[in-house]
Amino acid sequence: MSALTDDTLPVTPRAMRDEMIVFAVMAALLAVVPFTGIYPFFVMQALCFALLACAFNLLIGYGGLLSFGHAMFLGTAGYVSAHALKVWGLPPELGIVAGTAAAALLGLVTGYISIKRQGIYFSMITLALSQLLYFLYLQAPFTHGEDGIQGIPQGHLFGIFDLSKPLVLYYVVLAGFLAGFLLIYRTINSPFGEVLKSIRENEPRAISLGYKTDQYKMLAYVLSGTLAGFAGSLKVFVAQNASLTDVHWSMSGEIVLMTLVGGLGTIFGPVVGAFVIIAMQQYLAGFGQWVTVIQGVIFVSCVLLFRRGLVGELAHILRRSL
Amino acid sequence: MQALYAQLLVGLINGSFYALLSLGLAVIFGMLNIINFAHGALYMMGAFVAYFLLNLGGINYWWALLIAPIVVGVFGMILERTMLQWLAGLDHLYGLLLTFGIALIVQGVFQNYFGSSGLPYSIPDQLKGGVNLGFMFLPIYRGWVVVFSLVVCLATWFLIEKTQLGAYLRAATENPTLVRAFGINVPRMITLTYGLGVGLAALAGVLSAPINQVRPLMGADLIIVVFAVVVIGGMGSIMGSIITGFALGVIEGLTKYFYPEASNTVVFVLMVVVLLVKPTGLTGRAA
Repeated sequence: MSALTDDTLPVTPRAMRDEMIVFAVMAALLAVVPFTGIYPFFVMQALCFALLACAFNLLIGYGGLLSFGHAMFLGTAGYVSAHALKVWGLPPELGIVAGTAAAALLGLVTGYISIKRQGIYFSMITLALSQLLYFLYLQAPFTHGEDGIQGIPQGHLFGIFDLSKPLVLYYVVLAGFLAGFLLIYRTINSPFGEVLKSIRENEPRAISLGYKTDQYKMLAYVLSGTLAGFAGSLKVFVAQNASLTDVHWSMSGEIVLMTLVGGLGTIFGPVVGAFVIIAMQQYLAGFGQWVTVIQGVIFVSCVLLFRRGLVGELAHILRRSL
Repeated sequence: MQALYAQLLVGLINGSFYALLSLGLAVIFGMLNIINFAHGALYMMGAFVAYFLLNLGGINYWWALLIAPIVVGVFGMILERTMLQWLAGLDHLYGLLLTFGIALIVQGVFQNYFGSSGLPYSIPDQLKGGVNLGFMFLPIYRGWVVVFSLVVCLATWFLIEKTQLGAYLRAATENPTLVRAFGINVPRMITLTYGLGVGLAALAGVLSAPINQVRPLMGADLIIVVFAVVVIGGMGSIMGSIITGFALGVIEGLTKYFYPEASNTVVFVLMVVVLLVKPTGLTGRAA
């Protein structure tokens, strides 16, 4: 059986240097966005999804675990942050902490249930768990069912930064995204990340070398869920609402799609994929359900024709690690 | 008590659909190593084919019961020949992603033309009305669905476990290369297996059309419940899929009576309980 990412290049100092250059270019481009006239709301939304897709990619691209329920972290963190800000009146920083912590806790619980099963079963279990949460949130009073939590106050971050100003909010979201991205990058290149990759390539062998693979996978799962939750908490400030759409299975599918389009197991792929998919949704919003059809076509063509994704193909052509 | 029996019957009917769908998933997984995410969309297509046959061609329910699974089965075989076969040898996760994409396409196209609301499909004349069993009133159509599904499930079990063809199939699941060496056309068997699994889904769709109406998203949520059923029962045994499907339907029906708030989550909760008690699922095969 061939692995999910078929041509992983060895980590060399050159690869690290290339990646840092690309990272610097990406950060610089994103930093000048507000001065280019591009609609900042679109970029902020895309950044939240990019972080979400990177968190998801940590799990599938490096751990080989396909979670089909990652929307549960996005939605849970969103609901908890929204509730903390609106009902408890917590300041933004604590709202984010509350949402992210809720996602971490959810990661611990759902990871404990699902991590022992592999491959396809893991995907089905995570999908079923997220559907369970969907129905719980549909009925729970604090989520306001179909209406969702709306009109969430943005407040002042650390009492200084006024998040109701789009420019301030943009840089806060960008800082959050970059911090999350670097944490994931650091994780991938740590000894922990190396063990994770070895589990993806050949789990029985990793076990025979004495690694407790379930613990490594669990840690990767919780980390991925926590970061996905962090993205969900940031998104609350951008969208100013938290609704059932964020917990629905179709959202989990979109997260998978973004990562697949960009390139599973590539460092920058999920970011590119998130921007492509969010842009597509913006421009095709008037076509109704055809958007779903187009997403389906993209899924099918990615799996059949270019499994490496956009960034993966580019990296393959350039023989660089991206 | 009347209400309890009525919910039990609804549970048995849902159980029939779980059994037919999880059976198809298990058969397909055995041969293709693919979890067919498009199963729910193909179930929906079965119902729509029945609807078109009746409203465009004036062809009745009984013919639809035969024609719809064939039409959808052929559609499935085309999907297998044109797309799924190229995934052989790749990680199974790609099969899940590809069939998820197919499900989005099929459901999206139907939603474009038929919206999200339900289209009515009437119960055939011969199965209208009901009988009083003394302890409850049994609508004939509902009784028919349960009995007919059970017969189809058992026939599938017989086909796979007791016939020559089934023996080839089981052998090809274990070791396709060796079976090919005996001169059996394994790729053709794989295509036919996919057609069979998909046909079972379409049959469930036709059966459900008069009860649940015909909706583009009728299979979208159902397939997730069926995944939970598959996780609980495992995909190793045909009889296991049938029994788990019916049993979970009944448990869901009982929940609707005793604690309706949990009726749409009970299968997922049971899945969690089973995974906590026995992480490998009820059939006990590690995978």
